[in-house]
Amino acid sequence: MKDIKALLTEHAFFRNLKEKQIETIAGCGKNVHFSKGDVVFRQGEEANAFYIVKKGAVSIEVDGAERGTIIIQTVEAGDILGWSWLIPPHEWRFTANAVEETSAVALDGRCLRGKCGGDDALAHTLLEKFAGVLAQRLEKTRMQLLDVYGK
Amino acid sequence: MIPQQFRIQKLKSETYDTFTMELVSEKKKDGFSFLPGQFNMLYVFGVGEVPISISGDPTKQENLMHTIRDVGSVTGALRKLEEGDSVGVRGPFGSAWPVEAAEGKDVVIVTGGIGLAPLRPAFYHILANRKKYGKVAILYGARTPEDILYPEDLQEWRSKFDLQVRVTVDRAGKDWHGTVGVVPSLISKVRFDPKNTLAMVCGPEIMMRFTVQELEKCGLMTEQIYVSMERNMKCAIGFCGHCQYGPKFICKDGPVFRFDEIEELFAVREV
Repeated sequence: MKDIKALLTEHAFFRNLKEKQIETIAGCGKNVHFSKGDVVFRQGEEANAFYIVKKGAVSIEVDGAERGTIIIQTVEAGDILGWSWLIPPHEWRFTANAVEETSAVALDGRCLRGKCGGDDALAHTLLEKFAGVLAQRLEKTRMQLLDVYGK
Repeated sequence: MIPQQFRIQKLKSETYDTFTMELVSEKKKDGFSFLPGQFNMLYVFGVGEVPISISGDPTKQENLMHTIRDVGSVTGALRKLEEGDSVGVRGPFGSAWPVEAAEGKDVVIVTGGIGLAPLRPAFYHILANRKKYGKVAILYGARTPEDILYPEDLQEWRSKFDLQVRVTVDRAGKDWHGTVGVVPSLISKVRFDPKNTLAMVCGPEIMMRFTVQELEKCGLMTEQIYVSMERNMKCAIGFCGHCQYGPKFICKDGPVFRFDEIEELFAVREV
């Protein structure tokens, strides 16, 4: 099994990061596994991690009150899961459930925030990377909202 | 261009607003020859004509198949017809999917909503000649799980070991165990060699726009991407100008275009 640093080095999200920065980030990581049906995180709870999905799939869900639970996106192998750890008040905005056996690298948000506190360059790089993820999600959500297949 | 009389042999409800009609000729017994991607003008007597893509297997010419979405007066009238009723058929018209140009290459088919219907004949052709193609992927997006077109076909194709079949929906409840998200997101999830791939794209224009962007991000050139366009049509032979698209006519020059041929028009809102 590849170690976390090697995995991050190969991942597109961490492209252009310096080796030292990847080493720092990898120091906050651990391998995690979720069985099908496991809750990865729950809306409203403290957000202290983000995940790089290695295998499997995770559904991102929102509680639609009387409409029940609505799945808004599925995150798969290669994708980044979770951004709430970065933005105060560090609470999960959605619930995530493993819809398949899922393996991921979990990166500890508190650990990363701590390291970013003393390293402006790392903080800036991570913010820039996550801004890209957020922009992509926003664009896709807008496309979903357009209801392109409607009459 | 007088419509030929066809009889509705079989009707099948696909989704709440979409149905498939199998037609047989009242006179011609030698079948109906067409190329994948072409369309017919279907005429409901006393109501009017409407262009509908042919959605059946091009190797099975005895039955002519059309999948129709009930969105207007003619398609609404078509929906009210029953097995045994007659419709007028003019066609086939228009350009075809580049199934021969795609031989020896990987093929990525990206489609959404009822856009799967005009691409199904191309997919049938590829399946019938599977050895002539490299990796083949079909990516399909629908509004909800209930709106998925041809679920039996998609299930069957997914069970084959030499096809990559991915389906996604825009929104779903907890009972859906598949993917949720927009169809362009699936492009990076399938394997193909961008240098040796042809992509065929059909769906709402906005979906095609995002799909082309994603294909380009994955390394495809616009010359490797084909799209099927739609405009109001009347004569279907390039005389009336109803379907004019800049210097082109959708009915005669299209509906299937290589993307670089229409790229500039595609970005113009008023065309």
